[in-house]
Amino acid sequence: MSRHFLRGMSHGIPIALGYLSVSFGFGIMAVRAGLTPLAATIISASNLTSAGQAAGVDIIAASGALIEMILVQLTINVRYSLMALSLSQKLDKSFTAPHRFAASYGITDEIFAVCSAQAEPITPYYMYGMILVAFVGWVSGTALGAAAGQLLPAAVSSALGIVLYGMFLAIIIPPSRKQKSVLIVVLAAAAVSILFRYVITAVSGGFAVIISAVIASVIGALLFPVKDEEEAET
Amino acid sequence: MSVAVYIIVMALVTYLIRMIPFAFFRKKIKSRFFRSFLYYIPYAVLSAMTIPAIFYSTGSLVTAVAGTVAAVILAYFGLPLIVVALAAAAAAFAAGFFI
Repeated sequence: MSRHFLRGMSHGIPIALGYLSVSFGFGIMAVRAGLTPLAATIISASNLTSAGQAAGVDIIAASGALIEMILVQLTINVRYSLMALSLSQKLDKSFTAPHRFAASYGITDEIFAVCSAQAEPITPYYMYGMILVAFVGWVSGTALGAAAGQLLPAAVSSALGIVLYGMFLAIIIPPSRKQKSVLIVVLAAAAVSILFRYVITAVSGGFAVIISAVIASVIGALLFPVKDEEEAET
Repeated sequence: MSVAVYIIVMALVTYLIRMIPFAFFRKKIKSRFFRSFLYYIPYAVLSAMTIPAIFYSTGSLVTAVAGTVAAVILAYFGLPLIVVALAAAAAAFAAGFFI
């Protein structure tokens, strides 16, 4: 149990360091939008997601309707449903219902990616270790950014805006190099996403990501169906 | 409306999206097509979220391209996530001195 927990913690360290710098930027942004540092920190602690929080802060700042908040969160975060479904396929037998209720809180892009890359079934304590470390990075980064962000020079805070995307590239590029199928899916998703940005501009950002990802994954599933054990290898 | 109400609604929706499929889906998926689809989804989502948004992430196309190039090269050689992420920011910051 503690072995799994420690292993999860160690795998969570790079995630936490990445979150620290990304959430620092979120803290700066939330305070600029008029929230208190405490509110910004509570949002990070209760949501543990980047894009959804940024969109949520915009809605709070604009005093938007609650239904808008619900729809935007659903749209931006629906990818977590797909990730949760995917992850549910490789859980250890010890993953009982209470553990599932608790650990589902911590399904983020990065935690999902690292868990998916494990060869063996995922245990609850492995996930808890990783979530704890990632949580500390995300929440403390938000608090620091909200409290002290204004003191940073603009050149530093704008350069920090790329950190999250740099991390995404670090997740998708190595498997794209190893597997032609992943490379094609990644390129297809990027191509459709570009199309939405510049040509079919009526579709909102959250929806554009979902549609791009679904189209690219259908292409991948049709052209390169995975073999039975292949999920476990990468 | 109070900020607390927004935050509660936001957190609840985000939690349920994650929890419902994770807690209530127990069967192994039989369909090879659907298993393949789920295998590709994370890569596709991250790719669509990154491109082209990364080019707007620093407020300047030049610095964003510098950061992207640095990230792609380092990721290609399999460096750890945090190294790639911070190198992207460092490259973007450095490029800022040339514009």
